[in-house]
Amino acid sequence: MSTVIQKPLDHQPPSLPPTQSVRLTINSQESHFTVAPWTTLLDALREHLDLTGTKKGCDHGQCGACTVLIDGKRINSCLTLAVMRDGADITTIEGLGTPENLSPLQQAFIDHDAFQCGYCTPGQICSAQGLLNEGKAKTEAEVRELMSGNLCRCGAYPNILSAIMEVMDKDGLIMDTKEWSAGGAKPEMDPINS
Amino acid sequence: MMTTDYIGKPTNRVDGPAKVAGTAKYAAEFNVPNLLYGYVVSSPIAKGKITKINAEEVLALPGVHKVFSHENVPSLAWFDRSYKDDVAPGGSPFRPLHSAEVKYSQQPVALVVADTFELARYAASVLEIEYEQTAHETDLSKHIDDAREPGGGKTGYKPPKSRGNFGRGWEQGVAKVEANFQHGAQHHNPMENFATTVEWLGDKSLNVYDKTQGAFNSQQYIMKVFGLSKDQARVISKYTGGGFGSGLRPQYQLFLAVLASLELERSVRVSLTRQQMFSFGHRPHTLQHVALATNADGSLSGINHFAVAETSQFEDFTENVVGWSGMIYDCKNVKLGYRLSKLDVYTPLDMRAPGAASGSIALEIAMDEMAEAAGLDPVEFRLRNYADYDQEQNLPFSSKKLRDCYHEGATKFGWANRNPAPRSMRQGNRLIGWGMAGGIWDSATQPAQAKASLDADGHLRVQSGSNDIGTGTYTIMTQIAAETLGLPIEAVTFELGDTLMPEAPVQGGSWTASSVGTAVRKACQALGEKLLKQAQKMDESAFADATIDDVQFVNGQLRLRTDPDQAVVLRDLVQASGEPRLEAENSKLPGMLGMLKPAQYSMHAHNAVFVEVQVDEELGTIHVTRVVNAVAAGRILNPKTARSQVLGSVVWGISMALMEESVMDHRFGRYMNHNYAEYHIPVNADIHDIDVIFVHEEDDKVNELGVKGIGEVGLLGVAAAISNAVYHATGKRVRDMPVMIDKLL
Ligand code: FES
Ligand code: FES
Repeated sequence: MSTVIQKPLDHQPPSLPPTQSVRLTINSQESHFTVAPWTTLLDALREHLDLTGTKKGCDHGQCGACTVLIDGKRINSCLTLAVMRDGADITTIEGLGTPENLSPLQQAFIDHDAFQCGYCTPGQICSAQGLLNEGKAKTEAEVRELMSGNLCRCGAYPNILSAIMEVMDKDGLIMDTKEWSAGGAKPEMDPINS
Repeated sequence: MMTTDYIGKPTNRVDGPAKVAGTAKYAAEFNVPNLLYGYVVSSPIAKGKITKINAEEVLALPGVHKVFSHENVPSLAWFDRSYKDDVAPGGSPFRPLHSAEVKYSQQPVALVVADTFELARYAASVLEIEYEQTAHETDLSKHIDDAREPGGGKTGYKPPKSRGNFGRGWEQGVAKVEANFQHGAQHHNPMENFATTVEWLGDKSLNVYDKTQGAFNSQQYIMKVFGLSKDQARVISKYTGGGFGSGLRPQYQLFLAVLASLELERSVRVSLTRQQMFSFGHRPHTLQHVALATNADGSLSGINHFAVAETSQFEDFTENVVGWSGMIYDCKNVKLGYRLSKLDVYTPLDMRAPGAASGSIALEIAMDEMAEAAGLDPVEFRLRNYADYDQEQNLPFSSKKLRDCYHEGATKFGWANRNPAPRSMRQGNRLIGWGMAGGIWDSATQPAQAKASLDADGHLRVQSGSNDIGTGTYTIMTQIAAETLGLPIEAVTFELGDTLMPEAPVQGGSWTASSVGTAVRKACQALGEKLLKQAQKMDESAFADATIDDVQFVNGQLRLRTDPDQAVVLRDLVQASGEPRLEAENSKLPGMLGMLKPAQYSMHAHNAVFVEVQVDEELGTIHVTRVVNAVAAGRILNPKTARSQVLGSVVWGISMALMEESVMDHRFGRYMNHNYAEYHIPVNADIHDIDVIFVHEEDDKVNELGVKGIGEVGLLGVAAAISNAVYHATGKRVRDMPVMIDKLL
């Protein structure tokens, strides 16, 4: 028998830091609010601003469910503090489209059945939007690779891929899918006997 | 009569717009006013007792309301039965914060409630707790000999049945294989963490937004434990961010949130962290042994399948691991065994295709070994041992198109070109292997209730308190209702996930499509009869002598079959009734009676999976480059959502075969990789071509709709087929899942 004590790492008596005010432009609307400095952007959105379209799957930057766009670039909102983003321009899933007025990506996700439970979906769509903005991915293999920061436990990956490819195709962004844009041939899927 | 306007069509998900726009609200997203936040403190020890909780410093923080622990929880329901939910196995359910005793690592030991999430989290992190630790036992491999046959207790569990004389069959055999298999524990890890938001409405009345696969199961649980009436305990669960079985039983955050709300008379939210998602049910660590023998003609002369699995000290979690091995192939001599060993872990829990997913790994790898030993192609071997009736129950199958699964799957895959010799195909430095396997899953129907109501604008609202964990329930129920009453999809709204609605079973076992689907259809038919009665009240009604069989519902109208020009608009019938709406429910009785009747048929879905892997010869990395999964599951209500279910199952199978394992450090009795970075599941780049085939299968016996359910069957055989393909590629037989690089080198 042994004694185990579960206690704070720093052995300091508990204390609270003062709150700070933050100004963000979210989906083209200005918001001012006051939060504790250790509030993540994700929790600020979900708990303080009632923008619950952005999801929390891990809170540790491991799943991508919390992906939002800051100045058009995709970011895991659980890995940044709200106070660090003072003055930033943020787009969340709610800013990409509404049920009545869906963005092309949102519509493609529905048409391709690119989700099941829907919990990873806002993050997938924001991430896909970020991918389009980056303009780097040109082939299926690259889209798969560059969408691999967004987990989907329901396993909707093939349909997520086809939804994104459809939008890229319409925008004329796809190279010959037999090619990797980095050069060289796409590995053949059919086996060759030695 | 049913027209086929919607059923069987690849309809887009009706809940799609809400999900892609982020307006679908999950349990932790109801931001009710004056909300408090609870944060759970988890035990760092696996066994022992709490000796001291030093809460004073934490309580002194402004904004911290309370630290709940076993020291201050009010006396609640006393008997075990109050804590037993609909899906509880035999034994004595775990009661959160009940006593100082710690029964497993990560057990919830305290709940800190504060004004904000950040504050509750901080306060929980500085709460000092002292424990007295005692030795724990968490290693199944050290406790095989203590394993014993489980008692009953869990609804639906039947101990495996042996038949014939395996010893003689084994003696007779001209070719034999025998091997041990294992896989570690796995956690469901739905993307949405478990959470409950309790809205305090005053006077012990609560709206409980819970993450669950069964709102009624959660409701029953909190009513019994906290002595609440049905009216006081409304449970709402409209969107569930994945379940896979994890939401079948009420989880402890429900208990904690309700406790805090009742005690503090405030609205409270408790969300678990990803780490805490490893602190309750899981697919149990399972060890298996399979021995097979064949006669000279390749027919099986004996099957022996034995499994030992872990369970907790307080409940006997049982699942059907080995029973399928007595059912899927034709064999007279079958010996089956299943035992449990009690360890200091939490009770395991049904996880997608529970039992079958585990059992099929061992049986289907052994079948591959057996085929090779008997000198037969794996498909040919299975065809030679095809079971034409269920030998376990001695019943005919209501339908079984597994043969077609083999044929259609093999053709699509190009299986005929396979060179049976291992290491016979390569491309550059990648070895290529082809493997296959198959599976079987129950088709069950549970009693369910639904209500249909048509308003004066001609809009049909159908309700059943079921759930949609991503399975497509919203969509297929809308299709069934629209088709039954001949209305456009847009004129139909299906609602679920609320205990104010008619009662439905938990969503699991692949039975929702059949159970709730039948209820929805019957409710709509009952409403159809009411509408006909209303039509008959009209002056000089053309329907005066018509029975329900003489009419049809098409394009928003009620028509005479023999004279379609005699039609009346449904909306007008509601208006003529003088009521704001006409309503009807299905009767609960047929489902209940059906459960009591002895079974006349064995009802199952089947599949066959074909897989190609490419294995880097030097690095041992494995890529699953092609999968063809052929499924026979009766009528497919919506090929689009059903295909997604099978795609997801294949991704799960790849995960089981190559990645997933909760790794326990037995020194601490704790799962060490309890996060998404270290508990590996596939990402987009891991997934390549997946082809889903629905084999045509008509079944008028399984239920009125002819559906068998599709949520589980697609997973079966996938992991075994991958291991078989890895063997074909490399010549290495791996029987210990997941197949990782170190096992190939
Ligand atoms: S919640 Fe941010 S990455 Fe998972
Ligand atoms: S749709 Fe459920 S996790 Fe992706």
